Amino acid sequence: MPPGQNDNCRPLSLSGHVGFDSLPDQLVNKSIHQGFCFNILCIGETGIGKSTLIDSLFNTSFDDRMSTHFQPNVRLKAQTYELQESTVRLKLTIINTVGFGDQINKDDSYQPIVDYIDAQFEAYLQEELKIKRSLYNFHDTRIHVCLYFISPTGHSLKTLDLLTMKILDNKVNIIPIIAKADTISKSELQKFKIKLMSELVSNGVQIYQFPTDDETIAKINATMNGYLPFAVVGGMEEVKIGNKMVKARQYPWGIVQVENENHCDFVKLREMLICTNMEDLREQTHARHYELYRRCKLEEMGFRDTGPENKPVSLQEIYESKRHEFFGELQQKEEEMRQMFVQRVKEKEAILKEAERDLQAKFEHLKRIHQDERMKLEEKRRLLEDEIIAFNKRKAASDLHPGQAFASTPVILIPQFLSIYRGYFTLQLEPNFTQPSV
Amino acid sequence: MEEQPAQEQKQQDAAKPGPGGQELFGYVGIEAVLDQIRIKTIKTGIEFNIMVVGQSGLGKSTMVNTLFKSKVSRKPLSYEDRIPKTVQLRSVTHAIEEKGVKMKLTVTDTPGFGDQINNENCWEPIIKYINEQYEHYLREEILINRKRRIPDTRIHGCVYFVPPTGHWLRPLDLEFMRRLSKIVNVVPVIAKADTLTLEERAEFKQRIKKDLKAHGIIVYPQEDFDEDPDDRLLNDKIREKIPFAVVGADKEHQVNGKKVLGRKTKWGIVEVENSAHCEFPMLRDLLIRSHLQDLKDITHNAHYESYRTRRLNESNMVGKSGTEWVPLSPFNGEPESHL
Repeated sequence: MPPGQNDNCRPLSLSGHVGFDSLPDQLVNKSIHQGFCFNILCIGETGIGKSTLIDSLFNTSFDDRMSTHFQPNVRLKAQTYELQESTVRLKLTIINTVGFGDQINKDDSYQPIVDYIDAQFEAYLQEELKIKRSLYNFHDTRIHVCLYFISPTGHSLKTLDLLTMKILDNKVNIIPIIAKADTISKSELQKFKIKLMSELVSNGVQIYQFPTDDETIAKINATMNGYLPFAVVGGMEEVKIGNKMVKARQYPWGIVQVENENHCDFVKLREMLICTNMEDLREQTHARHYELYRRCKLEEMGFRDTGPENKPVSLQEIYESKRHEFFGELQQKEEEMRQMFVQRVKEKEAILKEAERDLQAKFEHLKRIHQDERMKLEEKRRLLEDEIIAFNKRKAASDLHPGQAFASTPVILIPQFLSIYRGYFTLQLEPNFTQPSV
Repeated sequence: MEEQPAQEQKQQDAAKPGPGGQELFGYVGIEAVLDQIRIKTIKTGIEFNIMVVGQSGLGKSTMVNTLFKSKVSRKPLSYEDRIPKTVQLRSVTHAIEEKGVKMKLTVTDTPGFGDQINNENCWEPIIKYINEQYEHYLREEILINRKRRIPDTRIHGCVYFVPPTGHWLRPLDLEFMRRLSKIVNVVPVIAKADTLTLEERAEFKQRIKKDLKAHGIIVYPQEDFDEDPDDRLLNDKIREKIPFAVVGADKEHQVNGKKVLGRKTKWGIVEVENSAHCEFPMLRDLLIRSHLQDLKDITHNAHYESYRTRRLNESNMVGKSGTEWVPLSPFNGEPESHL
């Protein structure tokens, strides 16, 4: 029974205080309960001041040693910290690029970064697609903002910077920052900023624009948008100015105060990043960048919203069909492999049989040869025996008639004859013991 | 900015490190994220959907009007409207605003519930409706191109009106609450409580609580979802008083020079907003002032998730058994057999 639903929403006036205006407070209380998480990715060359800036931004010292310049390729190092300010608990994750811009060949510099960002989206997508999932206490590791550190050359963007930013602009919110801004004078800084922005615009790089749709923060955000990219100076050392200790960098020619708005844009960055737009950054990451990733990934895997006849097809159906396809393929492959295996075995068997036959033939052959030799030797033996008998007869005859000497066989020849006879015997014996073994 | 003095003061109470956390040397401004959230909520507005269930004549429409202090529900005018042959569900949506906070309120009424002679399975259309809303949301969530804000029509709370018999819960009440407390937050209330004296009220409540416990019916606020000891303390207090004995009224009368909402009888005026007379303020506080967000959260994190798990598992099992591609098990919204 379909419910009769009034889709047109009628405005209603309340005649008294109902009390649901406390809902934002309820929401805030829940959020405090759960805690927040915020993930910042810092991209910049080694030694450009990433760690120092993060230390200054959050007014604490994250333990981080200086990294070497000799990394073979770009690595990302992520560290998570738990910060607490009055009732608000923040789980902050800082991801640093180690070795960015240090290699001689910088072709693949951006690839590890892109892979990392995608991996975080993937982790969230996996969790979201699970059947039994727990999204509300899932530790969100998606990158909410990327601080891109630009070297203060004063001229223009480096090619590497331009390329990296172009690739990352639809994956993460990018805020470009001019690092070590105390090396640029004010006038140069203005020109540099204008040049940078025009280069970014002309190359179609979409950096993060502070949102101007809500009246309370629209004005301030609009002004801040004009100050992009922020020129910052980071420093944690304290210097005494007047009667206060402030964070500053002391040079022989003066002191650069980090939190002085005339000296650098650090305060603006902190305002914008943390105090005013943290929630918006998180929302943009989830609503825009993550959705884009999800859409691309699912379309890549072959899912569609509408089937071949333009009827809406559910994700589940496509998933099932894909699974069946996959299983079918698996089975097919198994069959193939089995066939191949059987074939190979047969071939091997054939070869072995062949070899066996050869050996057999050889054996026969050798046996025959030996048979022949044996027969020959038998023949010779017989002859020899006949001769011995004949000789014995004559010897007996000569004994009877000692006077008659045999002209044919002189006496001295008998030992020679016997040794020859012995020799023939041994020859006859040997073949019997030296038959080749098969 | 004009917040300089406040900031300086905040700098005084600089952060102490949390357990296993970093110490902040000075004020950073992380707190300001709370304001950001507040601003965001006010800008996007809230959606709240409640359903009122109970036999006709128990004062449901009056109650809703009293809760939201406006003419939210139309009362049935003619006889044909009054008792439909089967349970129907009627939703009315209103946009209300208070102090800058906009709410889109949807009230779903269920005329015909429990009014027939044979009331078997009269809960089924209701369960089907609730599941339909979950299904709607699920389909939107699974899409490839999905909307930024999925319109939320899921029922966040169901107020069940128990007639003030003073004895026990009736079989219909038990059956209904048993089935529904599994899929939605159920808040039982004793309707027309001005027919019970205070002692009768207390006894009735005890018996109802015993009944609920004996049948394993878990009503809102559920014990399993208490997050920490503070919550538990607060919710325990509420659980003591469940079910609230309420009286609804939309007429104003003069009492001691003040205009109050109440029911005027020959023997006195029952003031709706007076805690000594009835527990309407507690119900209102529970639903709107303190636990509105909690109701929405539990619906989204617990009930919706369990529906989703069930649904996706169903499709999985159906797919596995067949030898060919089998389509998604069709949604029929029927209550499961084990319920």
